[in-house]
Amino acid sequence: MADENLEKGSTTEAPEAAPKKKKKSVWKQLAESQVAKSYFRTGIPKTRRSRLLVVLNSLWLHLHPARTRRHAVRLRYTWCMGGLSFFLFMVLTVTGILLMFYYRPTVEYAYMDIVDLREQVPLGIMRELHRWAAHLMVITVWLHMFRVFMTGSYKPPREFNWGVGVILLVLTLLLSFTGYLLPWDQLAIWAVTVGTNMARATPFLGHEGPGASLLQIGGISLVHAGNDVRFALLGGRFVGEATLLRFYVLHCVALPFVVIILMALHFFRIRKDGNISGPV
Amino acid sequence: MKDIINVISDPPILFTLLVIILFTSFKYSEIFWSGKAMIVVGVSSVLFFIVSLFDENFLLIVTKPDNVPIVGLIFLIFFFTWLAMWQAVNNDKRIAAGKPVMEAEIEPNRVIVWPDLVYIELIALTLTLVLLIGWSVLLEAPLEQPANPANSPNPSKAPWYFLGLQELLVYFDPWIAGVLLPGLCVVGLMAIPFIDKNPKGNGYYSFAERKMAISIFIFGWLLLWILLIVIGTFLRGPNWNFFGPYEYWDVHKLEPLVNINLSEIVYIKWFGVGLPNNWFLREIFGIGILLAYFMITPLILTKKYFSDLFLKLGIGRYAIFIALLLLMVSVPIKMYLRWLFNLKYILAIPEIFFNI
Ligand code: HEM
Repeated sequence: MADENLEKGSTTEAPEAAPKKKKKSVWKQLAESQVAKSYFRTGIPKTRRSRLLVVLNSLWLHLHPARTRRHAVRLRYTWCMGGLSFFLFMVLTVTGILLMFYYRPTVEYAYMDIVDLREQVPLGIMRELHRWAAHLMVITVWLHMFRVFMTGSYKPPREFNWGVGVILLVLTLLLSFTGYLLPWDQLAIWAVTVGTNMARATPFLGHEGPGASLLQIGGISLVHAGNDVRFALLGGRFVGEATLLRFYVLHCVALPFVVIILMALHFFRIRKDGNISGPV
Repeated sequence: MKDIINVISDPPILFTLLVIILFTSFKYSEIFWSGKAMIVVGVSSVLFFIVSLFDENFLLIVTKPDNVPIVGLIFLIFFFTWLAMWQAVNNDKRIAAGKPVMEAEIEPNRVIVWPDLVYIELIALTLTLVLLIGWSVLLEAPLEQPANPANSPNPSKAPWYFLGLQELLVYFDPWIAGVLLPGLCVVGLMAIPFIDKNPKGNGYYSFAERKMAISIFIFGWLLLWILLIVIGTFLRGPNWNFFGPYEYWDVHKLEPLVNINLSEIVYIKWFGVGLPNNWFLREIFGIGILLAYFMITPLILTKKYFSDLFLKLGIGRYAIFIALLLLMVSVPIKMYLRWLFNLKYILAIPEIFFNI
């Protein structure tokens, strides 16, 4: 890479040059090996220039700008809450994938698989990690929203990104909620029953919602318990087999898919809106 | 002592107290959000919490695995609200003295992300991971009896982050508590940047420059969102009855059901006649009150308090602002009507499930 050569400048010598007197340390040799150069393109970032490059040249790090305002890196400004939300999301992805190896979303197996996870699987704290990280993520996202509000960071030019954030908040809650059902214990089905009962009362779309009874043709109502929004959500009139499958797919595939796309958008917008907000 | 706390945590009293404290703290922000106040309140609430752990009923409810995060949430929210307001008040002082705000003053103005930011992030991630692993080792995730559709537990609670909505079910019908209000909450949040046209306070903490915006937001967030969750989690037991923090969750605790509709109050109590059969006639007063609330209050508010804001925002934005504000305020209003007059519905048309 062009930058690379510039960076090393005069220290790079032709390979056939006579063996040096001073032997390089093993670390240095490793750091300058072809492998290291291709995998960690910039080398050890010691100079100002290489420190800028290390951020620019890495997919992960270049979520950041290369330089940023001084106050923006202080914990007391951002509380790192957005970053922690993202980190917790990654923890949830990893632990969630591990859980998927053991868990089958059917009424017959779901509960037993969770019991197995607790009793048979070595080092079985994956379920704990997953559950507590999920709770924690709800909290960090709330606090992040609060921070963004308190620094007025939703004001121009960040109005759109605030909107993206609100959707992310809703999706975070929905992810938590759909996951709550999967252990298929008493806690799970009753919490979801209580939660989805409200959908019954959606105006016009739920069979006990205001106005739904007005939607009828010749005395046959169009909206009833067998086709309202709650039915669509549960895949039936009660929380049952179909609900479990539906929530499983939402929880493990559909919602994370949307969240990942929106997070990418969120981070892209942060950069395009001039990075972390600050006083002009 | 315990009895006193049991009594003041009754939602009407608790809510009223916290509203008073919150708005007093906005008025005397320098005292309430100072470092000293934080230490005093922080230490005493931690002590209060520790001492309370010796009470078995309190211990039972706060150590329920799924409730542990909410205990954490209370302390975290308290701390971060303070942190934000403390910095805001400090900046207000600087602005008043003609100095630049804290965020603008630190030198040098730009730093390189590697290593300054990357290290902070790394430390934050590591600490979080350690916390998470420790928490997971110490506290097992809950798993109850296998699902049994025939046997509903009492109380049946939604996951904790939705308990605020479940608490609203006490005061509103499901279509309002479960659909309208959360929907408005999302829409309202997304509308904030377009309603708040105040260009000040962008990119730094400040309170004096954005008093109204911050007061409304904190009121909605802390008292109508978090507080209702806390009440729903810790203070609601079997049959969704109220139980103080030190009270035993007695399934047989009976609370009289004496709630009545506005139409019943007017026709039966005041006029001494029966309810009219025609629903429109029956509900005419409810309809009147609602119309007055949503049509006349805005006029009065605009004339008396918000005339500047009206000019600044223009009719469209202002109308949305007022509508959202009135809807938000209607939540505590309905709560107080219930607490004070046992009012069930202002407007009740059960024929089409339309009750307010
Ligand atoms: C899954 C949830 C979310 C993730 C992972 C996330 C991530 C982030 C990150 C990493 C930042 C950089 C600054 C920081 O750490 O504070 C950020 C900034 C921002 N976030 Fe989020 N966020 C989430 C949800 C939200 C929500 C709920 C809102 C608002 C309702 C929001 C609005 C914003 C805005 C406006 C900024 C720019 C702040 C500034 O420039 O100071 N985000 N977000």
